[in-house]
Amino acid sequence: MISLEAHLRARRSQGRKLLVPYVTGGLGKDWIEVVRACAANGADAVEIGIPFSDPIMDGKVIQEASQRALDLGATPESVIAQAAAIDVDIPLAVMTYYNLVYRMGHNRFAASLAGSGISGAILPDLPLDELRRGGFDSAAELHGIETVLLASPTTTDARMVEICEAARGFVYGVSLMGVTGERVALADSAKIMGERLKATTDRPALLGVGISTAAQAREAAGYADGVVVGSALVRKLLQSGGPDEAGAFVAELRAALDS
Amino acid sequence: MNAPARGETVQLDPPGPEPTADGRFGDFGGRFVPESLIPALEELEESFRTAWHDDAFRLQYSTLLGEYAGRPTPVTECHRLSERLGLRVLLKREDLTHTGSHKINNVLGQALLTRRMGKQRVIAETGAGQHGVATATAAALFGLDCTVYMGAVDVERQALNVWRMKLLGAEVVPVTSGSATLKDAVNDAMREWVASVESTHYCLGSVMGPHPFPWMVREFQRVVGDESRKQCRAILDGADPQYVVACIGGGSNAMGTFAGFVDHCPDVQLIGVEAGGLGLESGHHGAAVNRGVPGIVHGMKSLFLQDEFGQVLEAASISAGLDYPGVGPEHAQLAKLGRARYEYATDDEAVAGFQLLAETEGIVPALEPSHAIGWLAREAGRSIPAGSTVLVTLSGRGDKDAAQLMERLGEL
Ligand SMILES: Cc1ncc(COP(=O)(O)O)c(C=O)c1O
Repeated sequence: MISLEAHLRARRSQGRKLLVPYVTGGLGKDWIEVVRACAANGADAVEIGIPFSDPIMDGKVIQEASQRALDLGATPESVIAQAAAIDVDIPLAVMTYYNLVYRMGHNRFAASLAGSGISGAILPDLPLDELRRGGFDSAAELHGIETVLLASPTTTDARMVEICEAARGFVYGVSLMGVTGERVALADSAKIMGERLKATTDRPALLGVGISTAAQAREAAGYADGVVVGSALVRKLLQSGGPDEAGAFVAELRAALDS
Repeated sequence: MNAPARGETVQLDPPGPEPTADGRFGDFGGRFVPESLIPALEELEESFRTAWHDDAFRLQYSTLLGEYAGRPTPVTECHRLSERLGLRVLLKREDLTHTGSHKINNVLGQALLTRRMGKQRVIAETGAGQHGVATATAAALFGLDCTVYMGAVDVERQALNVWRMKLLGAEVVPVTSGSATLKDAVNDAMREWVASVESTHYCLGSVMGPHPFPWMVREFQRVVGDESRKQCRAILDGADPQYVVACIGGGSNAMGTFAGFVDHCPDVQLIGVEAGGLGLESGHHGAAVNRGVPGIVHGMKSLFLQDEFGQVLEAASISAGLDYPGVGPEHAQLAKLGRARYEYATDDEAVAGFQLLAETEGIVPALEPSHAIGWLAREAGRSIPAGSTVLVTLSGRGDKDAAQLMERLGEL
């Protein structure tokens, strides 16, 4: 298993801006191929969404993708098991909601991620305090899973320090007040978030939520170590795009970040 | 006798117990939300705690409850229903409040808090539309902007309330995701709150969601139980009812009612009645305590209807207000402790309860509390022994359900 954080730090130290696309697990038979295409076209890690019935941090596109994957029979177990077949040389992280983790059990969940070669977990409805109280942080650590934490524009400076210290893998800076989904322009809050994170931590700091185009990705990456791009990619998959379209879009993002 | 001074008509009892610092009722509760909401929930908790111990705030609140909402509501002794059931039945008449349900008690408290926090807009979810109407009403009264999220299915079956909300100046957003009912309306309200939390208060309608909502909403509803206890003692020569019964959607009318008895009257049996839908075996119901398992949804750890993987199941009930696959965390804890019992009534039993109360007492209940009446009618002389004294919270009136029942019952 590749360490998410070590890998991102290494890439960053080469002067590279980091690119982490998001793909809904179980969305179509070829979703594994989509992840491979992301890796082959310049992603530095891939986030795999485990679909949940009630994704409150997600906008319409990822809601629809989640529902479609569920309708196709995706379960946490099937997505994690299928991910074992993803033979790429970049780390993978799952992004899902805490109820699925709680139901499977902290240890079983973390162990099954490790068993499939997945390095990280992102749980947007498990904030720092509940992460510690419930003990998922120690279960994850036991199995070598890196728990990414989110920081938001409303997070206070003091809390930001705590979040950056407790996060593993990278710190996910939410670029705007809102849920996932495409926006016409990069929010002003992205710049502030990026600068705050960079002033707080040496851990890789990525901006995500609402970053929709190559130009926006490039701009956002100017304020932080890189970006997470979700809805814009998933929309292409919903509109019957497959690995080729995903690969082309990731290549376009990569080119913009490298330019 | 002098007329009472402003605000004196409603006497609030002292604040009730708080959950733990991390928002727990035993195992349940907590604050499982996106990071963006954490500061707002901390601010809300602090504002509520301060306000709730501030005499000026309490006077504003009790004055509104009295002069605007029409409190105190009476407890009515139901002679003909009692005779029919072989029990002594008392009804707490939340149907007689302004806007027609207990939801107004909570909303007036939260609207006052919204103003205190300097916010200009409220959002709300609604199932039956009663909470949406109450929120739109308070928003009109306080001059706040108001957006209400309502499942598209509920928009259909509660058309009257949709119209009322619009009349009151609220924007009503139909929610089409998932089952297009209350659960999905909560999802969309939370998503909107994540975007607008700096200027907007989320006026949650039941004892659910992340801390401090379950505690705060219980406290704003406890007036129902505190009044009931005193009114029952007046009617029953100082005695308490043996049973206290209320219907359970998220659980606010029940929790408000129970709060008046749970610590004061350890011998009173508390009973929550869930939506039995087409029967618990059918899979089409909303009985989260009876059939749910622990999970984390909508910001709280509680009991939810869910599949083996933790995907939340769609609830089903004839009544939009009980059509929710979860329950507030304090109920989950009362159930675990055995301090309250959770039963259910099916759609058919609720409809029978609706008709029974209309025929025997001239009171047309909302479909939600019709579950409590229907359950009582089934259990009278069985698990509720003949001659028992029972208080039932009549959480709302049935106008909103008339069209739906006209269709179901046809020519009478
Ligand atoms: C009249 C009435 N009773 C009960 C409920 C259920 O909510 P709760 O369980 O929070 O009291 C509703 C909700 O819409 C309602 O309108």
